[in-house]
Amino acid sequence: MRLLSLLISLLITIVLIIALDTRWILPAPLGRLLSPQHGVWQNAEPTDATFNETLHFPGLTGNAEVFIDERLVPHVFAENDADVFFVQGFLHAKFRLWQMEFQTHAAGGRLTEVLGEKLGTTDILNKADRYFRRLGMTYAAEGSLKLMEQDPGTRLMSDAYTHGINAYIQTLTQSTLPLEYKILGYSPEPWTNLKTALFLKYMSFDLAGYETDFEYTSARNAFTKAVFDKMYPLAPDSADPIVPLGTLFDKPGILPKAPASRDSLYMKFRSASSVLPIEPQKPDKENGSNNWAVSGSKTKSRSPILCNDPHLGLNLPSLWFEMQLHTPNFNVYGASFPCGPGVVIGFNDSCAFGFTNAGRDVRDYYEIVFKDATRQQYLLNGKYENTIFRIERYKIKGKRDFIDTVAYTVFGPVIFDEKFAGKSNDRKSYAVRWKAHDPSNELKAIYELDRCKNYIEYVRAARNFHTPGQNIVFAAKNGDIAIRAQGEFPAKWARQGDFVMPGTDSSYLWQGMIPQAENPRQYNPERGFVSSANQFPADTSYPYYLGNAYPPYRGLIINRRLSQMENITPQDMMKLQTDNYNVFAEFARPLLLKAVSGDDLPADAKKYWEMLKTWNLRYDGAEKGATVFAVLFDSLENVIWRDELAPLKNYLMPAENTLLEGLLRDSAYQFLDDVTTPQKETLHDNIIAAFRQALPVLKKAEDENRLHWAAFKDTRVTHLTRLMQFSRLHLNMGGGRNAINATKTTHGPSWRMVVHLTPETEAYGVYPGGQHGNPGSKYYDNFIDTWAKGEYYPLVVMKKNQDDSQVKWTMKFLKSETSKD
Amino acid sequence: MMKLIVSSILIALLSLAACFYLPWWTIAVVAFIVSISIYLKPWVAFIGGFVAVFTLWIALSIFISNNNENILAHKMALVVLHTDSPFGLILLTGIIGGVVAGFGALTGSLLRRTVVVPPPAVIP
Repeated sequence: MRLLSLLISLLITIVLIIALDTRWILPAPLGRLLSPQHGVWQNAEPTDATFNETLHFPGLTGNAEVFIDERLVPHVFAENDADVFFVQGFLHAKFRLWQMEFQTHAAGGRLTEVLGEKLGTTDILNKADRYFRRLGMTYAAEGSLKLMEQDPGTRLMSDAYTHGINAYIQTLTQSTLPLEYKILGYSPEPWTNLKTALFLKYMSFDLAGYETDFEYTSARNAFTKAVFDKMYPLAPDSADPIVPLGTLFDKPGILPKAPASRDSLYMKFRSASSVLPIEPQKPDKENGSNNWAVSGSKTKSRSPILCNDPHLGLNLPSLWFEMQLHTPNFNVYGASFPCGPGVVIGFNDSCAFGFTNAGRDVRDYYEIVFKDATRQQYLLNGKYENTIFRIERYKIKGKRDFIDTVAYTVFGPVIFDEKFAGKSNDRKSYAVRWKAHDPSNELKAIYELDRCKNYIEYVRAARNFHTPGQNIVFAAKNGDIAIRAQGEFPAKWARQGDFVMPGTDSSYLWQGMIPQAENPRQYNPERGFVSSANQFPADTSYPYYLGNAYPPYRGLIINRRLSQMENITPQDMMKLQTDNYNVFAEFARPLLLKAVSGDDLPADAKKYWEMLKTWNLRYDGAEKGATVFAVLFDSLENVIWRDELAPLKNYLMPAENTLLEGLLRDSAYQFLDDVTTPQKETLHDNIIAAFRQALPVLKKAEDENRLHWAAFKDTRVTHLTRLMQFSRLHLNMGGGRNAINATKTTHGPSWRMVVHLTPETEAYGVYPGGQHGNPGSKYYDNFIDTWAKGEYYPLVVMKKNQDDSQVKWTMKFLKSETSKD
Repeated sequence: MMKLIVSSILIALLSLAACFYLPWWTIAVVAFIVSISIYLKPWVAFIGGFVAVFTLWIALSIFISNNNENILAHKMALVVLHTDSPFGLILLTGIIGGVVAGFGALTGSLLRRTVVVPPPAVIP
């Protein structure tokens, strides 16, 4: 009896411990998680925590000091370059390690290792990991890694950075592990240079991975050429390109020849339709940005001002980490990527630089014909060629490994085939040719930009940037301003790669790259400013095919404003960067108001019509007219295109500027007619129908007291795991698509920067996040309110002997006495 | 009563010390060992173990969370309890620690009772 009760008690104790220490019985190891000395309580950083610290590392060659200001921005002063990147790696890891590993796990198709096969209803294995590996992300990163490690500068930079991260990882204990590791139940692995390369490829995916080849192919199969060209025209009327209309271009160095079978085989409009794959993930179409520089001729101080705000997904921890790096060789301040060394968007003692996305289509598909199910050979120019297999092994948390074999062809990896077809399966195979597969060393561009002194060095630095293509803006203290549509872009014949190409004919391969010297560029233009906002880089006189996916409106309004402005101050630039004026609505609203009088609307729609009529055309948070316009125009697009596109499984709605320009040009625009009805509809009929669709949405919003734009748009900054408890929701702010302040619901200006290149640099910046990645720190999201209000922080460039008033904490990195060498 | 208090204080202090180096469930081992050393009736031992670590963990988490202005407790309470209650999270922490230590102590007491016949309770 006594023995029995002893055994029962022992058993209960053991079962309790197992239940609370593992995930076998409960969904989370609550004992391990809540133990105040081990679990999440340890991540509750005291709000008055000190960051003063003295550390010793054998990996350092000298000593380094880090001044940390009250916003937790580190200013690193090192005796040499290797040490500064070591310290940068250490600090990135100290504040952002979980995010860094998570981002590179995502890039390398390894999320199943930490999240399992499925997360909720999301199929991590197929939607994320297999897709990324089949796209060739790791293959591409391995290629670029070789270049990175061959170049002495980037080798030193990435090696030291990796050592710094690993030095931090070695300090970790169960208690000091970042919060997300504890919640998800795993530990960090050592960092490698490959992870840095993978992250850079992830940026290529995000910025040079958007294309619509399958959507265009299904539209080509469904429509005549005339209809297709109207829906997806090559040159919009509203184009105000990065290099102004009328710029003269050199004779092209390469003239791509269209294949002989182009018209019969490739441009086969209205042909038999086939089911095409749907990519499991697409980068956000809105991934874009604004940047501009004004020369001294337009500023009050007579010194140039450079501005940049990259529009990306709004996440916590933020993509960016602010810091200053100082060595005897360079002194740079700005936004860095946790995952990579150097400063990406920022300024040094001589100049400033910024980026917007070039948005060129550098990813194409080829339909592959395999000889048989073994996929060992594929047909090319009438002969069978051998494929090369790359075996991808997926370690799945809680399950057996999954093995996938990907066939590589002369075009690239076969991304979709019988074994993996995205959402649909027509049993066909498609290889992907992606510019990011070509080895390139973008880190070298960052390395050189950070220490660049003048225009010549800027050009030399920028030329290392191949993929993702970027419009790199530049301004220097000597008064120079410049921009270049930078990247290594394939020279394509017209419409090449807009549709899936035949993979049996090598004449459809890319024939070469546009010589970099021919990239559109501007240097000290007479108009006194350079700018880009993802619009067309050049007009149609540019001798290369540019594709057609370029949003025109932000570029239009930026150029209009900059042309008008004189005696510009940094404060004017901040006002411009956060301007909510919607120039698209300026063109579109009169069209709506002209076609409908208001009396012909349903009675309960009239008050919304009044809101639209009296709207100030601004996406300000309090504007109700903004909501009416956005909802109504969405409905109108839907009403106009639905009848044409509904039969297609996989389609892309024509761009809003295509519709607007079509309506402005032609009041009897052919797509106004609903092809499913016998009568012929007019714009008036379409607007009324759109209002009927919009009405319930508007009424519901009004009932819920969220008709004003800020509440309707409902901007949020979400934690990378989509855990809402770690996110910032319902931000009260304006902005939106086509406004310079491009803040949408989950997407927007991820870093705003204004740099005034006066002798002593005057700079401002802010990003929607905080320096600390720990949700238990007060520095986790403390910049968000400032950002949402459209305010900025002064960016303080510190000196080696900085006075104490700006330095809140000091970290000392000392060369260890027990050095191995 | 004196023995209960001594035993509880010992469990709390040893748990605090051990957990600087050892896994969290060492609290059960500590309670087990203390209960073998200082004999209490099984249910008294359970209460002693429970109260010791319940108090310790509540005190520690209140101290930590206060210094943190409850930033993390608000978020984690939403994750774990689905309500915004830092106090709820602190209470859950205490209960988990208390129950595990309580059962450790109970097992220790039962073992002592099984292996060694308890000496008659002589109060000097």
